[in-house]
Amino acid sequence: MAYALQQLINGISLGMIYGLIAVGYTMVYGIIGMINFAHGDIFMIGAFVSLITVLLLQAGGLMAGPAAILLVLLVSMAITALYGWSVERVAYRPLRGSFRLAPLISAIGISIVLQNYVQVSQGARPKPMETLIPGGIEVMRDGAFVVQFSYSQMLIIALTLGVLAVFTVLVTRTPLGRAMRACEQDRKMASLLGIDTDRTISLTFVIGAALAAVAGTMYLLRYGVIDFYIGFLAGVKAFTAAVLGGIGSLPGAVLGGLLIGLIETFWSAYFSVQYKDVAAFSILAITLIFLPTGLLGRQEVEKV
Amino acid sequence: MSGKPPPRASGATPMLEVDRVSAGYGAVQALSEVSLHVDPGEIVTLIGANGAGKSTLLMTVCGAPRPRGGRILLAGEDITGQPTHAIMRRGVAQSPEGRRIFPRMTVQENLLMGAEALVKGDPAPQMEQAFALFPRLKERLSQRGGTLSGGEQQMLAIGRALMSKPRLLLLDEPSLGLAPLVVKQIFDAIRLLNQQTGLTVLLVEQNANLALRLAHRGYVLVNGRITMEGPGRALLARPEIRDAYLGGGHG
Repeated sequence: MAYALQQLINGISLGMIYGLIAVGYTMVYGIIGMINFAHGDIFMIGAFVSLITVLLLQAGGLMAGPAAILLVLLVSMAITALYGWSVERVAYRPLRGSFRLAPLISAIGISIVLQNYVQVSQGARPKPMETLIPGGIEVMRDGAFVVQFSYSQMLIIALTLGVLAVFTVLVTRTPLGRAMRACEQDRKMASLLGIDTDRTISLTFVIGAALAAVAGTMYLLRYGVIDFYIGFLAGVKAFTAAVLGGIGSLPGAVLGGLLIGLIETFWSAYFSVQYKDVAAFSILAITLIFLPTGLLGRQEVEKV
Repeated sequence: MSGKPPPRASGATPMLEVDRVSAGYGAVQALSEVSLHVDPGEIVTLIGANGAGKSTLLMTVCGAPRPRGGRILLAGEDITGQPTHAIMRRGVAQSPEGRRIFPRMTVQENLLMGAEALVKGDPAPQMEQAFALFPRLKERLSQRGGTLSGGEQQMLAIGRALMSKPRLLLLDEPSLGLAPLVVKQIFDAIRLLNQQTGLTVLLVEQNANLALRLAHRGYVLVNGRITMEGPGRALLARPEIRDAYLGGGHG
């Protein structure tokens, strides 16, 4: 019981990270109908920018307190958003109106470019970081087993919920959100109504990248080790989450992320850690075969 | 059936002037040196068979595709080659081919979308105008666009276009696929708008009979070229028009 509760806490905080990345996949799919295979690597960039910012702050003796962590987060969001914007500008926009597979191939290319760029500039070895947010609270005790809800997990959950709340308001209540919904449903008509569709698409990439940066920062804070390759697995799992939730559906992406996080965690806890990725990808295969529209796909929900 | 065309002061600036415009998609040349103009307060129709280039002309006026040659002037200002959203922000609205209603937005959201990026201020007056023209829209206000009938969608497309208080309204085949009674309702609404507000309209139609009766002037487009032009009634009386577009007498 205590063991299961601990897995639940771990699974939810991992799932939040997947959910944040999955939102970026689903948004881009909704608006231009392509899977942005470089999105996982944008998450990796976010983690690296955070790490570099942390190291710079530590060198300056400023890495202390919640304000410093907030600063790291904001710097990472801003710089990663710039990467997201540039990728769209350089690799996808010139291919708009081309055949459907063209931007997909371009995305795979960008993914390879980003990985190699980080590998060359930052080195291939995993980068460890000392724990910035130690400790936690003891939820319950069962004999020798202590259920721990760490402060970093609390931060992940609280921050993700906060970011998603802001994001939901942005999409449902603002002119940008309405422009995104219009572009998603009929881009040509949106332009006929005076909406600058290129700008709307750019901003979609910017927002998606900023959310991935939040996920990257959380990943760094929670697990403390990153390398140039973390974007691949996290990206594929977040993509699985987006498909499971129903690609194009925003609530679906978050729900899918939570489910993948929980499934992976419980699978590792009760069956086999070595095969945890198999569990996640089996879900992808099963969803695609039996539930191709996902849990909250199309008709039932409002999408962006 | 409209009244006399508004008097045109010689040298007055047309609302829309299309000057020897050529355009197309890829290898297909859809328009070849098309010239036409629409004066302020006029209803002008462009008739022609399927594939003559009518819809391409309306889209070219809106900037997509960009013209390959020639100039397009809106109230005397050159808008050639500008992006679509910038052209629409200058006071052009289009009810496009296929209506293009946002399927997962309600009727109300669709209407508001028409004002969203184009006009500032309270959209309520335009909304009331749309309801006055098409009371059906008010009844369907919270229904999703994708669930409307063809006629209701056409009304919504026109209502949405009017939400931006345009100077120039472009209508692409509003009669397509609709029952005669609904078509009459829509054409009556266009006539009323023009008479009451002096709205300038460029109407593309296959239904030459209806369109030429409504319009002050008309142009005939054949294979991307203008072959005839003149007052609506006069064109209607031409035997070659009767043979080509009114054959069988059912318009």
